[in-house]
Amino acid sequence: MTFSPELEAKFTKLLTNFPPGKQKSALIPMLMFAQDEVGSVTPELINEIARRLSIPPVQVDEVVTYYSMLHRKPMGKHHIQVCTNISCLLWDGDRLYEHACKKLGVGHKEVTADGQFSLEEVECMGACSWAPAIQVNYDFHHNVTPEKLDQIIDNLKRPS
Amino acid sequence: MLYNEPSPLETRILTKRFGLPNSASIETYLANGGYKSFEKTLGMTQEAIIQEVKDSNLRGRGGAGFPTGMKWGFVPRQSAKPKYIVVNADESEPGTCKDRVLIENDPHMLIEGILIAAQAVGSKAGYIYVRGEYRYLIDILDKAIGEAYAKNYLGKNILGRGVEFELYTHTGAGAYECGEESALLESLEGKRGQPRIRPPFPAVAGLYQCPTVLNNVETFCAAPSIIEMGGKAWADLGIPKAGGTKLTCITGHVNKPGVYELPLGYPVEKMINEVGGGMRGGKKMKAFIPGGSSCPVLTGDEAWPLTMDYDSMAKAGSMLGSGGVVIMDETTDMVKAALRIMHFYAHESCGWCIPCREGTAWLKKLLTRLDHGVGTARDIDLVGDLADNMLGRTFCPLGDAAALPTQSIVRKFRHEFEAKIAKTQISMAGVENPLVVVG
Ligand SMILES: Cc1cc2nc3c(=O)[nH]c(=O)nc-3n(C[C@H](O)[C@H](O)[C@H](O)COP(=O)(O)O)c2cc1C
Ligand code: SF4
Ligand code: FES
Repeated sequence: MTFSPELEAKFTKLLTNFPPGKQKSALIPMLMFAQDEVGSVTPELINEIARRLSIPPVQVDEVVTYYSMLHRKPMGKHHIQVCTNISCLLWDGDRLYEHACKKLGVGHKEVTADGQFSLEEVECMGACSWAPAIQVNYDFHHNVTPEKLDQIIDNLKRPS
Repeated sequence: MLYNEPSPLETRILTKRFGLPNSASIETYLANGGYKSFEKTLGMTQEAIIQEVKDSNLRGRGGAGFPTGMKWGFVPRQSAKPKYIVVNADESEPGTCKDRVLIENDPHMLIEGILIAAQAVGSKAGYIYVRGEYRYLIDILDKAIGEAYAKNYLGKNILGRGVEFELYTHTGAGAYECGEESALLESLEGKRGQPRIRPPFPAVAGLYQCPTVLNNVETFCAAPSIIEMGGKAWADLGIPKAGGTKLTCITGHVNKPGVYELPLGYPVEKMINEVGGGMRGGKKMKAFIPGGSSCPVLTGDEAWPLTMDYDSMAKAGSMLGSGGVVIMDETTDMVKAALRIMHFYAHESCGWCIPCREGTAWLKKLLTRLDHGVGTARDIDLVGDLADNMLGRTFCPLGDAAALPTQSIVRKFRHEFEAKIAKTQISMAGVENPLVVVG
């Protein structure tokens, strides 16, 4: 598998972060950074990372299964994550999530037919004082109303 | 980079540089007294540094409230193995959003706190474990770390004083359990985030089985001001036995939710009515969570007379926790709240021990049934029994964290569960077997 020079540079740096013999520590960051580039954790990616860390692929596989941000299928180009946990719930996060479902025409962890958007109902994302909150990929949006959500989505739809 | 107006009632110690232009840059940090405390520790013995932290009465800000000076003191002085500093920036406790604010606005304060801890225990390397969702904070931290290397506050020969320290950021990938210290260490070693058997504690056998200081972001951030002011002066900001200030995340039904720095022992009433701008729409407070969803829930009446500190909350049957205050007004559906909280724990249970894995799954099912209006009175008792049976029987505190809020909600708001059932009985009249499990 080939990666971009930027990702290769990240991998090279990562492997120097740990003492000799402890390179397996790089596994989770490697998977996260690679997923950002590849779009999902594919079987080839699992094998490639296992090879680079000199560990059996099954050790990579069991880690992928455990962490909720690692996924085996591609999400949309814009992954909309709506928090419905307690502090957001108190500011109608559940209704915001339902609104997002209707607006995008998809449900939890589903992708729109054109591959542009995906939706996920997520747990607390550390924005509780500015609830309800959403994340689009890694970007936070605070105090989101249904109108604001429509605007965010419509802006993303516009060709840039 | 501030998401809410600061309050004039705050005691701004950790947040004193917030709002300055380029507050995250090393120039701003240095121009405002930054790294002076670390430089001071270069001339202190390890014992003297730890003594200051002990004098400060600082207790861990990650949720458990363990005295920090004591924890640092557990690290063996002599060790053939390297010693590590690990920063818990996994911040995932529902209701909590303070570590994010600290890193975003003042990353060098965290780096300086880490350096002080490293001096206190004799460590040469550290990792900042940041939850995966906080990717932008890793960029902020990497930039700050780069600046600190460039100005020789990190590296092989810091400030030409023969001191060495290397600092790295590390990303998680979405798992609440990885905030638990031993699960975090497993994750940092490239494994599933399952907790370890303790003892030994991380101070003796942590990362790579080496002595490790593991603290919350806010705990490290307190160290520079403790050294600057002196432990005793810092302690006096708070109350006896609980020193200093605490970043408090006010969330839920108030007019001005936000993150505010308040001295320990701050009255709940003043916190809600003045700092938080009062209850939204002038409504009554029905329920109160002092520090994240893992704490037992208090009724509004129980909470009003309390103060925000460890002992006051413990006496009332709850905990100060992580500083994530959740305020629920009279319109809140407590059955729904209990269900949403359980939904979280069922999702986050690492699945290792049965009482937690099965208990959270069953509680979620029962609460779903009750919330959907197809429960029975027996279900309410069963929820209580199940929660009772989980308590103290799980491998790590996540099991307790799931049981405690549930138990308290069922006990204190039983009438709301019963009201939902009463509605059911009317609508289900004539149906033979209403025991359909939903969800
Ligand atoms: C399930 C669970 C989740 C936790 N999550 C966090 C967290 O996100 N951040 C944190 O600092 N501590 C968290 N803790 C507490 C840590 O285990 C540990 O006590 C703390 O990081 C120690 O730092 P302190 O002494 O500075 O508080 C969690 C504990 C449990 C049981
Ligand atoms: S209590 Fe829950 S989270 Fe903790 S070890 Fe057991 S199953 Fe895992
Ligand atoms: S509860 Fe939604 S961000 Fe914390």
